[in-house]
Amino acid sequence: MTPLSGYLLVSALLFCIGLAGALTRRNAIMVLIGIELMLNAANLNFIAFWRFSEHPETQTGLMFALFSIAIAAAEAAVGLALIITIYRHFRTANVDKVEAMKG
Amino acid sequence: MTLSFAILAGLTVGSAVAAMSLRNLVHCALGLVLTFAGLAGLYLQLNAEFVGFTQILVYVGAVAILIVFAILLTRGTEPANEPAAVSPWAGLPVAVLAFLAMAAAVLASPVGKRLAAPVPEVSVKTLGQKLMTDYVLPLEVLALLLTAAMLGAVIIAMKDKEDLQ
Repeated sequence: MTPLSGYLLVSALLFCIGLAGALTRRNAIMVLIGIELMLNAANLNFIAFWRFSEHPETQTGLMFALFSIAIAAAEAAVGLALIITIYRHFRTANVDKVEAMKG
Repeated sequence: MTLSFAILAGLTVGSAVAAMSLRNLVHCALGLVLTFAGLAGLYLQLNAEFVGFTQILVYVGAVAILIVFAILLTRGTEPANEPAAVSPWAGLPVAVLAFLAMAAAVLASPVGKRLAAPVPEVSVKTLGQKLMTDYVLPLEVLALLLTAAMLGAVIIAMKDKEDLQ
């Protein structure tokens, strides 16, 4: 049986891969993918801590992960809609080239 | 460490690296799908069956498709000769430092050596009962949030009137 630290290390690795991608990639969609990876790492932590807790029958971690998945889905929909609007306006999805906030 | 955990963890982390480092955006999206599937496998291994299937349904089914659509809709403007990422010295040290800090904390903590309790009694029925009793207010707020996000996404992505003319 894998101890808790195995899952926590996988989750930390996933978070840092997502962080590195969100910080270095130029395309806005890739930044969003990095953020999704970080959210998923947090979800893995919730599930792992729930499974290894002393009272797993309360199901708190499961509930938190379920709500977090739903909110991440809403976030992805709004984020991609924003990226598509920015692309239509500036003709690019490169975050370095989108400098103006107004019109 | 069991073999199944090693395989799932390797698949998840390897495909996450691929999703963040490949040049072609469609390949990145495929790597992301693999990462989500690997995470669902890890959830199943942790006896969280319902969350695992939700992960497949929501992430592999919906979010990945959304991302592929967004990639296809915003394609064709990326110059091929331009680097896909800014200089790696900007973000990589931050990520490596963050990982080292978290790994040190995990390895130093006595909680990390804990082994799993006996498999808890969790069925879809008990989850549903919890959602309808203890968590009914968050559930309703979430329904409102999803409706608002759906309307917001449609309104934001709708074409302007000037664009149509």
